[in-house]
Amino acid sequence: MRKDKLIKIETPLTESIIEQINAGDLILINGYVYTARDAAHKKLLELINSNLPLPFDLRGQVIYYVGPTPPPPGRPIGSAGPTTSSRMDIYTPTLLSLGLKGMIGKGQRSEEVKKAIRKFKALYFLATGGAGALLSRHILEAEEIAFPELGTESIKRLLLKDFPAIVAIDSKGKDIFKH
Amino acid sequence: MRKISRDTIVKTVKELYKNATVFLPEDVSEALLKAQKSEKGISKEIIGQIIENQKIAREDLIPLCQDTGIAVIFVEWGVEAVYVDGDIMDAFNEGVRLAVKDAYLRASIVDDPIFERKNTKDNTPCIVHFRPVNGDRVKIIIAPKGAGSENMSALRMLKPAQGLQGVKEFVIETVKNAGGNPCPPIIVGVGVGGNFEISAFLSKKALLRRIGEANKNPLYAQLEKELLDEINSLKIGPMGIGGKTTALAVHIEYAPCHIASLPVAVNIQCHSARHMEAEI
Repeated sequence: MRKDKLIKIETPLTESIIEQINAGDLILINGYVYTARDAAHKKLLELINSNLPLPFDLRGQVIYYVGPTPPPPGRPIGSAGPTTSSRMDIYTPTLLSLGLKGMIGKGQRSEEVKKAIRKFKALYFLATGGAGALLSRHILEAEEIAFPELGTESIKRLLLKDFPAIVAIDSKGKDIFKH
Repeated sequence: MRKISRDTIVKTVKELYKNATVFLPEDVSEALLKAQKSEKGISKEIIGQIIENQKIAREDLIPLCQDTGIAVIFVEWGVEAVYVDGDIMDAFNEGVRLAVKDAYLRASIVDDPIFERKNTKDNTPCIVHFRPVNGDRVKIIIAPKGAGSENMSALRMLKPAQGLQGVKEFVIETVKNAGGNPCPPIIVGVGVGGNFEISAFLSKKALLRRIGEANKNPLYAQLEKELLDEINSLKIGPMGIGGKTTALAVHIEYAPCHIASLPVAVNIQCHSARHMEAEI
């Protein structure tokens, strides 16, 4: 990563930080984020639809779409790169409406998600797919907080340190994908 | 008759699977280094991370990618070799099971695709393609396949009248639809002919070929080159954010087919093009 252009941000994300960030910016993410992919999203939506409490407060938070490999002895987590975000598209607008402010994944998002990102002022970050070993070095802690029965797909709270990402969709709705 | 024991199969599969998830084939690493030189800006940064990732995986002995795949195993079994320990699939699955446990690989298999989708917890069963060959040697090739790229693959039964143009259009359309999802730069495996299932099988087998090696038939070699140029002119680029390198290679395998058919399958492989082989 080129050191001169990097922007460090801390989670949880505030609107004033989000507004200053643009599509194409190289970002180093610091602080806690939550893992969730297909099965965990389905469960979160079931809880929301039944008016039940969620395992964590979505407001200001960032979800990382990842199903890591198990941690080898002495490490907090195994290989931990992003999975394809578009599989979560049908769930994302609801989560954004409840205060979710960021997502880390790979690949494009649907028009509905882009609209919701703009409407609720959030950010979509791209991490390099297939760089799970490299990204693992930027995860200092991992704690399972919900749905342990889902194995790799359970919700974990991760502590990130200078986790490299690119802003793929910003709060103005601008994106960096080749169309 | 040469006897092959369960223990030999289990150990071979276990070691191959463990190592394949950590060490990338040299031809893939070389192709990525070459691609890095032709990119600039963020696209270059991304390929730089992919290259750095290989180094870190080797140093830390952890998988290159968290998706350690469904274990796809190609076996060339010499018909003069005989398996002497009962159920041979049990031996292949045990090898996978032990690798997953030993090397902390991900359990990514669910038992039932529609209803329960319950994780089998040990990444079994694996997929084994047996091919009988002459002699008494047994060759085992493992190719762990991640779902990000597999999900972007496609098969279509074309009409013979659609011919060369139809094949080209379908390959391009499939790569275009995949966009940044399958972790480009990708390798594109194309299977043409045979029948429905053979075209799919050939498209996967095509991914095992060394990057830089063209099809032996000059007509197909030319088609591979044309498709690669056309795919890279789409400018999808690394991770879909634009750039010159969308694919590192296009490999086509073909087989004779029915007078009424022109099956085409496109199997997309991410840049983590993992495969490893051993002979026993």
